[in-house]
Amino acid sequence: MKTSTARAIQCSAALAAAGLLLTACGSSGGSGSGQSAQAAPVSFKGRGPISYVAGKDTTGTVQTIINRWNKAHPKEKVTFIQLPTDADSQRQQMIQNAETKSDAYTVLATDVVWTSEFAAHQWIEPLPANQFPLGKMLQPVVETGKYRGKLYAVPASSNGGLLFYRTDLLKKAGVTRPPTTWAQMTADCAKVKKLPEAKNMSCYAGQFQKYEGLTVNFAEAVNSAGGQIVDATGKPDVDTPQAKKGLDFLVHSFKDKTIPKEAITYQEEDGRQAFQAGKLIFLNNWPYVYSLAQKSGIKGKFAVAPLPGLNGPGASSLGGSNLALSSFAKNKATALDFMKFFTSEESATYFLKNASLAPPYADLYDSASLDKQYPYLPDLKQSITKAVPRPRVVQYGDVTAAIQNEVYAALTGKKSSAQALKDLQGDLQKLTAQ
Amino acid sequence: MADTAIPPDTAPHQPGTAAPRRPGRPPAPQRPRRRPRSRATAGTGRLAALLVSPTLLVLTIVVLYPTLMALDESLYGTKGLDPKTGFISATEPFVGLKNYTDIFTQAGDRFWNAFWNTTFFTVVTVSLETVIGVAMALIMHRAFRGRSLVRASILVPWAIPTAISGLLWKWIFNADGIANVLLGRQVLWTADGFSAKIAVVIADVWKTAPFIGLLVLAGLQVIPKEVYEAARLDGASALQQFWRITLPLVKPALLVAVLFRCLDALRMFDLPYILIGAQKGSVETLSMLAQNEASNVRFGPASAYAVLLFLYVFLIALAFVRLLGADLIGGVGGTKKRKSHAVRVPRRRVREVAA
Repeated sequence: MKTSTARAIQCSAALAAAGLLLTACGSSGGSGSGQSAQAAPVSFKGRGPISYVAGKDTTGTVQTIINRWNKAHPKEKVTFIQLPTDADSQRQQMIQNAETKSDAYTVLATDVVWTSEFAAHQWIEPLPANQFPLGKMLQPVVETGKYRGKLYAVPASSNGGLLFYRTDLLKKAGVTRPPTTWAQMTADCAKVKKLPEAKNMSCYAGQFQKYEGLTVNFAEAVNSAGGQIVDATGKPDVDTPQAKKGLDFLVHSFKDKTIPKEAITYQEEDGRQAFQAGKLIFLNNWPYVYSLAQKSGIKGKFAVAPLPGLNGPGASSLGGSNLALSSFAKNKATALDFMKFFTSEESATYFLKNASLAPPYADLYDSASLDKQYPYLPDLKQSITKAVPRPRVVQYGDVTAAIQNEVYAALTGKKSSAQALKDLQGDLQKLTAQ
Repeated sequence: MADTAIPPDTAPHQPGTAAPRRPGRPPAPQRPRRRPRSRATAGTGRLAALLVSPTLLVLTIVVLYPTLMALDESLYGTKGLDPKTGFISATEPFVGLKNYTDIFTQAGDRFWNAFWNTTFFTVVTVSLETVIGVAMALIMHRAFRGRSLVRASILVPWAIPTAISGLLWKWIFNADGIANVLLGRQVLWTADGFSAKIAVVIADVWKTAPFIGLLVLAGLQVIPKEVYEAARLDGASALQQFWRITLPLVKPALLVAVLFRCLDALRMFDLPYILIGAQKGSVETLSMLAQNEASNVRFGPASAYAVLLFLYVFLIALAFVRLLGADLIGGVGGTKKRKSHAVRVPRRRVREVAA
């Protein structure tokens, strides 16, 4: 460091002004020595108080479950650390905690797409797979917790995309069953649009703003057309005729206004509001929309179905959250027990009943009493079992950014879909080459 | 430390407090007061150092250390993935100036795009804000009924936090938002494109034109009324009065306001981030780029971009201050003194106006 003090002070003043000190601080743990490259089987030692770190608990159910645990384990209390609601800030705080090797966070609630990144950086511990009832869980959900065949995160809740549709309008137009293919959906739309009350409605929307939702919708389109983004060995495989058919569905739908022009700015909430305001006949969204739409003007006038695809039912992208164990935490034995408790079928039932969180357990979807409360459960189960996880790669942040860039260019007509997929294949190859 | 050092020095200066209780004492403190005066320079220097040292210590910890870390970090690359184990290596490779030279090669497109966006926003928003701000100040300066109400309402946007006004404008620029209703056609403001740039400019001008208005108003209030009276007697038109009297006399305050705004605009982050979103090429600024790199665990390039942004801000500020000094004096001598004076006036006035 040859910079003179005076200059450094000037530097720092301007940097502080630029609000970028975070960058500098976050890096401080960068050059420390990590653990040995070989992941030795962890012996989960230590009992005592731990922390559970997750996004804001809007339903109050998480705290209830933790209170239950704390009552039964007064010497191994769990503190609930609430992070901001949006996933990006949660990820950032967890990374900062890991980079500083802090033991403040013990059990992390991770998004299903973070597993590879967190595991590759050794921020989270490999877990003993035989100690969790993974066999009773839906298989695609369990897969999201694995990195290179080893379990790093246990499913706590799941999520899958559903097709919301207007039953009243479809019935009036003489359509009795929800569409299972894209062609059927556009045909049904054409019939509905002939009705006077559907004159100003648009046919279909999902999430096409340039953010994670676009990656989800693109992945769904590609998977529903029989394509894939990365193959089983993790190599990009997106420059294929199947993937092109999937992307073309979106591009053409924008062109012929099956998808309204403004949907390019839609996130989950925008789409939900448009659907509730009666502007859309079909909407692709998460199950949370169900209970909210029941409270809106279209109460009783809509239903859900699995997503349509090219030649039959489509494939959803998996959502949901897993539990992982921070590598730098203390009291790992307690943590393991707490994870078992938190991801148990009992807790999952509680979360389903009180927070309408989709459980990872298969048999909960078939319970008749729950189906009465949540009529979409059978469809959701089908959606999740057929779901494909988004690319499980270490540099997920860069991969999703590349997908968003190319797909957005195709949707807005800046690139042909063939060119976009070709460029995307090149980008992804570079990102996964290491 | 400072506490123990102060009493011996300060006590003699406050005879007034002790005097009422012990009337016979007052002359006593006066004598020792004279002798220290010759030593005062050394003593004062030491006291000053003592008093300033906590500040310097804090600055070192919260400013100097992180800055040096950032400079150091910018010389390291990103950790690589070991294909055999599937784990990221524990240490970052030293790459020297590669993070800096990369902006001319592989990472260049995104960097220069962010650089030009930053420049575009700075030039466009600050120019618009200056014109509108001066207009606002002239209105606020006028004597009319309900002036305080107008002043207060003009200042409202400046009082709203940027993040909140970002959300506010996000609603306005929504596909079904009020902006499109007023325009009578659908402009997709929050999509990635030129309209997004315009949306950011509008929101930023709305928010910060009052700031310039405020500082200019402070400048306007120190102009003596007699100057205008004399001008009117000489038959100067309103426009002439504005160009020949108002503008030159308000210039010091205006230049400071513009400088502040320039520095602020160069590090713009929250408004485009919230209003339009991350990774939107059309509005990505250098701050957003650095944040994005850091959030993808590439601290080396992120630090390098932050340092480059600092240099950019520093150069602009330097150029500005030089120009400002030259302009103010119209000569070379005594630049320093006038400069600091020019900076101080509006600040003091700001408080008065705000109160």
